[in-house]
Amino acid sequence: MNPYDEWYALVRAIELVEQNGGKVTVISVGGSDYDIIIRKALAIGADNAVRIDMQAEDASQVALEIANYARSRDFEVIFTGKETIDFNGSEVGAMIAALLDMPFVSYASHLEYADGKFVIDRDIEGGIEKVQVNEKFVLSAAKGLAQQRIPNMKGIMMSKSKPLEVMTPLSGNHPRVKVDGFETPPAKSGVKLINPENMDELVRLLHEEAKVI
Amino acid sequence: MNVLIYAESKDRGFKKAINDAVYYGKQVANNTGGKCIAMALGSVDNPSELGQYGVDLVIHDGAEKFDAFDSVQHTKALVQAAKDHHCNLVIIADTANGKSIAGRVAINLEAGLVSMVNALPLSYDPLMVSRTVFSGKAIAKYQFQTENKVMTLAGNSIKAEKQDRVAEVQKMSFNVPDAMVKVLAQETVKGEVPLPEAELVVSAGRGMKGPENWGIIEDLAHTLGATTACSRPVADSDWRPHHEHVGQTGVAIRPNLYIAIGISGAIQHLAGVNNSKTIVVINKDPEAPFFKAADYGVVGDLFEVVPRLTEALKKYKSQNS
Repeated sequence: MNPYDEWYALVRAIELVEQNGGKVTVISVGGSDYDIIIRKALAIGADNAVRIDMQAEDASQVALEIANYARSRDFEVIFTGKETIDFNGSEVGAMIAALLDMPFVSYASHLEYADGKFVIDRDIEGGIEKVQVNEKFVLSAAKGLAQQRIPNMKGIMMSKSKPLEVMTPLSGNHPRVKVDGFETPPAKSGVKLINPENMDELVRLLHEEAKVI
Repeated sequence: MNVLIYAESKDRGFKKAINDAVYYGKQVANNTGGKCIAMALGSVDNPSELGQYGVDLVIHDGAEKFDAFDSVQHTKALVQAAKDHHCNLVIIADTANGKSIAGRVAINLEAGLVSMVNALPLSYDPLMVSRTVFSGKAIAKYQFQTENKVMTLAGNSIKAEKQDRVAEVQKMSFNVPDAMVKVLAQETVKGEVPLPEAELVVSAGRGMKGPENWGIIEDLAHTLGATTACSRPVADSDWRPHHEHVGQTGVAIRPNLYIAIGISGAIQHLAGVNNSKTIVVINKDPEAPFFKAADYGVVGDLFEVVPRLTEALKKYKSQNS
């Protein structure tokens, strides 16, 4: 699990349920190698889990599966992490919201709940925006939303008996974009050390060689 | 192919990221035989200025309700504009709001989505684009499988060229539902280029010893016209505001120049900054891992080196202005 999913999205969802009642369901789209990660989420405190048995190639496939599962069930909030830490696309949350016709609040770094109202701080360029939502919504979690929880022995033992349902994916759910190969970015030529007494030389190089000033 | 740009507005105008997106759209339109169209929502003084970067037509709905960002309302308008004008490609700048609508727009247009595109297309027919992945360690090449396409453009990834030209503006009134997300307040730093689109960034870490020493960093940034940033321990200790934190769990940036001062260069920090074009590292420890990722390195006491660099820059600026 990446930190946005685990430390922030999952833990804040568990806290909300601890304070207000309800249930936390964890959903993941992937192969059976994901089960060990899903068990960790159950050990941290989720109530049950679902895995859609599919090797997804793009975000739209993941979003379609999650939305399809959530559509017929009564989830108050759908938590996602703000992005994956390999591709950093930040795509799935907004897609789920679109598919379910729910509002979406991205980059939530603080969330308060009282009387059916959610007040959320979301990270924007150079600061935060405070917003309110009064209905079911989708959120993407950024740093600060909660504090990491380490699963304890009781949680680990309990996670083994919590339900993990494996479901087959939708038919005809094809990727809408495909990766057509990878390239290595141009390598750095190595650091050029500058005499700390001679910052005029650094300025000259930044101007004449790097051409950035 | 007709191209539609989501011209997100700020303070009644457009940010640099929008100029870049427009310029990108114009290149695609020119190379595929189409029009470059932009959609602007809410209070904007002069929407026709987008013509400078290549827009042929700006669709503008100036209704005040659009000034507070609601991803559903903005998506509805953008999707409507794309359909009205037969745009098969929608380009969105990779900002907080841009990212909030990109997935939604893609679903509503049944389009493939590629986020954080980092360069002009690799090919126009079929349209292939690239982006950096795995913390900047690789570049992935993407092919769309759909007729409609959506992309977000990473900040500071292309150089937009300006022309003396104004765009035609068409007034529009989009029919959108009431906002479901209500904006209560905004707390942002004014007058500074936001980090994701900054060309010059001065960043400092734990080597600064305490928040009271940040004057030399601000002097350097001010002299350079740079945006200030910091490492994670600095933000976690509340020495600097959270929004200045660059790195894996903070903001990812790609400036032309990144000056790292008193930052050792942990892999999580590098993940957020190694798309910078030129990296300068100032650190008293010659073994600091950051030097391996740097173009220029200065091994020395930052409390002496930084003021010296600021003076050298002032001298350079006075000679070259």
